[in-house]
Amino acid sequence: MIHFVLLISRQGKVRLTKWYSPYSQKERTKVIRELGGVILNRGPKLCNFVDWRGFKVVYKRYASLYFCMCIDQDDNELEVLEIIHHYVEILDRYFGSVCELDLIFNFHKAYYILDELLLAGELQESSKKTVARLIAAQDSLVETAKEQASSISNIIAQATK
Amino acid sequence: MAMHGMRGLSIFISDIRNCQNKEQERLRVDKELGNIRNRFKKEKGLTPYDKKKYVWKMLYIYMLGYDVDFGHMEAVSLISAPKYPEKQVGYIVTSCLLNENHDFLRLAINTVCNDIIGQNETFQCLALTLVGNIGGREFAESLAPDVQKLLLSSSCRPLVRKKAALCLLRLFRKNPDVVNVDGWADRMTQLLDERDLGVLTSSMSLLVALVSNNHEAYWTCLPKCVKILERLARNQDVPQEYTYYGIPSPWLQVKTMRALQYFPTIEDPNTRRTLFEVLQWILMGTDVVKNVNKNNASHAVLFEALALVMHLDAEKEMMSQCVALLGKFIAVREPNIRYLGLENMTRMLIVADVQESIKRHQAQIITSLKDPDISICRRALDLLYGMCDITNAKDIVEELLQYLNSADFTMHEELSLKAAILAEKFAPDLSWYVDVILQLIEKAGDFISDDIWFHVVQFVTNNDDLQPYAAAKAKEYLDKPAVDEKMVKVCAYILGEYSHLLARRPGCSPKEIFSIIHEKLPSVSTTTIPLLLSAYAKILMHTQPPDQVLQNQIWTIFTKYESCIDAEIQQRAVEYFALSRKGAAVMDILAEMPKFPERQSSLIKKAEDAEADTAEQSALKLRAQQQPSNALVVTDQHPSNGEPLPVFVGQLSVVKAPNMNNTEDHSSTEQVLSQENGNLSQVDQQPPSADPLSDLLGPLAIEGPPGATVQYENSAVSGLESGPDVVDGSAIVPVEVGTNTIQPIGNIAVRFHALCLKDSGVLYEDPYIQIGIKAEWRAHQGRLVLFLGNKNTSPLVSVQALILPPAHLKMELSLVPDTIPPRAQVQCPLEVVNLRPSRDVAVLDFSYKFGTHMVNIKLRLPAVLNKFLQPLPVSAEEFFPQWRSLSGPPLKLQEVVRGVRPMALPEMANLLHSYRIAISPGLDPNPNNLVASTTFYSENTRAIVCLVRIETDPADRTQLRMTLASGDPTLTFELKEFIKEQLVSIPTVAQAPTPAPPAAPPTPQIPPNDPAALLTDLL
Repeated sequence: MIHFVLLISRQGKVRLTKWYSPYSQKERTKVIRELGGVILNRGPKLCNFVDWRGFKVVYKRYASLYFCMCIDQDDNELEVLEIIHHYVEILDRYFGSVCELDLIFNFHKAYYILDELLLAGELQESSKKTVARLIAAQDSLVETAKEQASSISNIIAQATK
Repeated sequence: MAMHGMRGLSIFISDIRNCQNKEQERLRVDKELGNIRNRFKKEKGLTPYDKKKYVWKMLYIYMLGYDVDFGHMEAVSLISAPKYPEKQVGYIVTSCLLNENHDFLRLAINTVCNDIIGQNETFQCLALTLVGNIGGREFAESLAPDVQKLLLSSSCRPLVRKKAALCLLRLFRKNPDVVNVDGWADRMTQLLDERDLGVLTSSMSLLVALVSNNHEAYWTCLPKCVKILERLARNQDVPQEYTYYGIPSPWLQVKTMRALQYFPTIEDPNTRRTLFEVLQWILMGTDVVKNVNKNNASHAVLFEALALVMHLDAEKEMMSQCVALLGKFIAVREPNIRYLGLENMTRMLIVADVQESIKRHQAQIITSLKDPDISICRRALDLLYGMCDITNAKDIVEELLQYLNSADFTMHEELSLKAAILAEKFAPDLSWYVDVILQLIEKAGDFISDDIWFHVVQFVTNNDDLQPYAAAKAKEYLDKPAVDEKMVKVCAYILGEYSHLLARRPGCSPKEIFSIIHEKLPSVSTTTIPLLLSAYAKILMHTQPPDQVLQNQIWTIFTKYESCIDAEIQQRAVEYFALSRKGAAVMDILAEMPKFPERQSSLIKKAEDAEADTAEQSALKLRAQQQPSNALVVTDQHPSNGEPLPVFVGQLSVVKAPNMNNTEDHSSTEQVLSQENGNLSQVDQQPPSADPLSDLLGPLAIEGPPGATVQYENSAVSGLESGPDVVDGSAIVPVEVGTNTIQPIGNIAVRFHALCLKDSGVLYEDPYIQIGIKAEWRAHQGRLVLFLGNKNTSPLVSVQALILPPAHLKMELSLVPDTIPPRAQVQCPLEVVNLRPSRDVAVLDFSYKFGTHMVNIKLRLPAVLNKFLQPLPVSAEEFFPQWRSLSGPPLKLQEVVRGVRPMALPEMANLLHSYRIAISPGLDPNPNNLVASTTFYSENTRAIVCLVRIETDPADRTQLRMTLASGDPTLTFELKEFIKEQLVSIPTVAQAPTPAPPAAPPTPQIPPNDPAALLTDLL
């Protein structure tokens, strides 16, 4: 299973963290510090896997961002590597040529999308189309709620004039 | 995509990004936290929108690495908001900020529960996601039935059901009892008919977890898995949106093959054939293509297929095909494939007899050992370690030694330990062994644990021939200018004991030897000085007639240390001074150390005949004696990847690597940060360049190969300075909840029976401790390692482990430490020697204390009869003469067994096979009969061939006639009873601490009056 997902920028800034195994706050900080050190220092053209504390971390760099997923020793590494790519493709489709800034200012969207992709540390949906559809549905739910709220408040505002 | 309406959040993020340095950032964050705290305090007037905004800000601050110790309540309270936008935020932020052990989560259970059983589909999804990601035991207990209902419901849409499947998986991991529902296995089987591939993928993940725990219950899923795999691999009826770069859901393919690996065998010949055809198709049909993602996806499937083939123990031909493929992979340049090739070759070594074919790739593997990528080096090292035997040990160990010169610093520890073990295990002669260890100490002294050099000393002490050689070598090393302190220790010891053997050689007079040693004294630490003093005393004693000058020199030193603050040094100085003044009268006291006691010397003998396994065993036993506790505290788990011999790996971690740069330094980050926060209007949409800004705005390179980013690699500044090698004590493992009653997790009897069939797994688990076992069996000997893992953040104390061996087993457990540190794993090797055939079972009496709970458990150890069997397929020419020569009781026994668990013949064959009894098909002309054979090993009997014949009655599967023959009457009887137990009882229900007596009524034995007559139907 995937124990956690980390997005770290080239400068070591954390862009997203998601923990599927129970780590305490202290442990989380330590994991990020340690793994950042390991992964950001790795040169190009090396393999995408790192041994780490009896686990394996599969990572891939996209422009300035490192996408990392920690898995069990005997999990299938390439499968996870393509989960990362799958996620990036979905982000790309959603934001339209996604860049780090998109993920900084819309980090909540990155979380929503991840929640449709992974659950309990396992892949939940492998169809990009389905994920896109679900996220669009969520967005429209939020929009509708907002419109309702504003129209109601308008009504109240006018009524109280 | 702007944040709709959440201007406050966007502004805050911009502010943070505009901070010039860490200090400014902290100030801005503190200000914001203060603001949020105030707003939360005056709860009134806080609109849902405000709450939402602040909660997002909290999450952002949390992500930046700041402690956010308030506001959890507000995040959790949003979950119960009536409207979707707020609820959604509440759910997401809660599941990011909290983990399953957090008390605040309890507050949410009711709302979550209501959302799950409610009618609103979107709310159901949110609730299932939260529980699936951070649900703990409490959730498992209260929600499991509802989640199951959703998963099985025909009215729910796939988006809910797939979440329910994974949510149930989480709950199952927290409490395996959640699927202990009647008929659950059938429902699981039905789930595999699911048309929606999203739901099927999730269900397959669930199935993998279920079968890994208990495959027996899910037999009926097996053919369905094969069907799914076939459908995917041949791309039949797979919707376009579920293909990934043209490959039908590679993830589902991988998961399906994973599930299949948990079934010990596949009985049904048709299913088996179909599966092998599909696997063959995958093995042959996977080509290297240009597109990276397609390549990765198809190879993910290929590697999983390889693993499945290995597991199924396919025919030789298919196995050699696998070896050939792996051989191709370890030679490619693409690092991922090479890494996986090495890793899988190592795995293959463990499961199959492929040592010889893998040896052909030795040169290629050594090339990978020298790869600049440390991940690949590690895999190559593991593989070399695994494939090493007496024939190639010299080459491999010398390669490792040579590589030590150039290897990455972080590899030294593992490398030197592995080299030491191999040298010890496979040394062709002892002087070579001494050479290797001394070289190791010279090159990597810091990483050599004391017991490695202790061991050299023991070898030298017990081998007179070796002593002059070792002394000469020691002098040679000590002559060098800068010598590692460990080297000083071992050399001083050897010279003290044996330098007198060199006295006639030039430059080896006592005086000269003394001055060589004494030169090192100013540079060594207080722990080494006592060793040097002993050496001086010994040299002095060996100098006959006494040399006045030397004597005065040494006495001066003793006198000087008489007032040393270190008690050990002081005592030695005083005593040696007094003793040496007594002259020749005290020769005896300071004479050479006697040979190490009998126990060792017998081992040395074994080591001398260079028999691989015995030498290895000697290493273990020696360690057991040297250390106060041989148990190895493993807190740092990283080196134990796919290790064939965990006991040695544990050793690795005893040697602590010096802590590297572990301090935080943000100055470099700040510099880059300020650049990164430069003017946003100067956006450069060019492809990646050295400008960090374009990094940020550049597309995340969906198409861009990783190579495109190479150019600014050098300018990359890590904000996290700790090196890749920070070895820190505490292993990070998931936190477990402590409960007050100590209930074992999982069924102890089931675990025991599983371990009777396999060699590694969990023997026992409760909320505090996990006891794992890894075993290796060779002939009549076995080596078990108990892994005692403390799952908590506080130590387990009063730990006691007692072995209650049955009369036929000789068992030696190394000392178990009294305390297991928090989150640590302790390894305790256990040596087993089988003296004679018996079905009795050894028991581990284990107790510990956690807080106020005293826990005592008695566990059967899987050192059972079948572990000392070796399957031995025989041909007709071998079988019949033996069968005839063993005539009648007590060597040949026959019995009609009734009350047999009904099973098909192939299933029975598999059962025997899993107990290491080989079926010889075709020997018996009657297709309802089975003929099998095996070799049994014990110290008294040595290797004995056992022959088995089982005649079944197709009309009544509950009875059969079994005939057993071997050259030992006890063995014949015990093995007959053993097989009978397996045939009549269903292993999973056996609960008794000792093997239950066979359920079948005792049947009178029918002595074969005329064995020749019996054979007629065989022939």
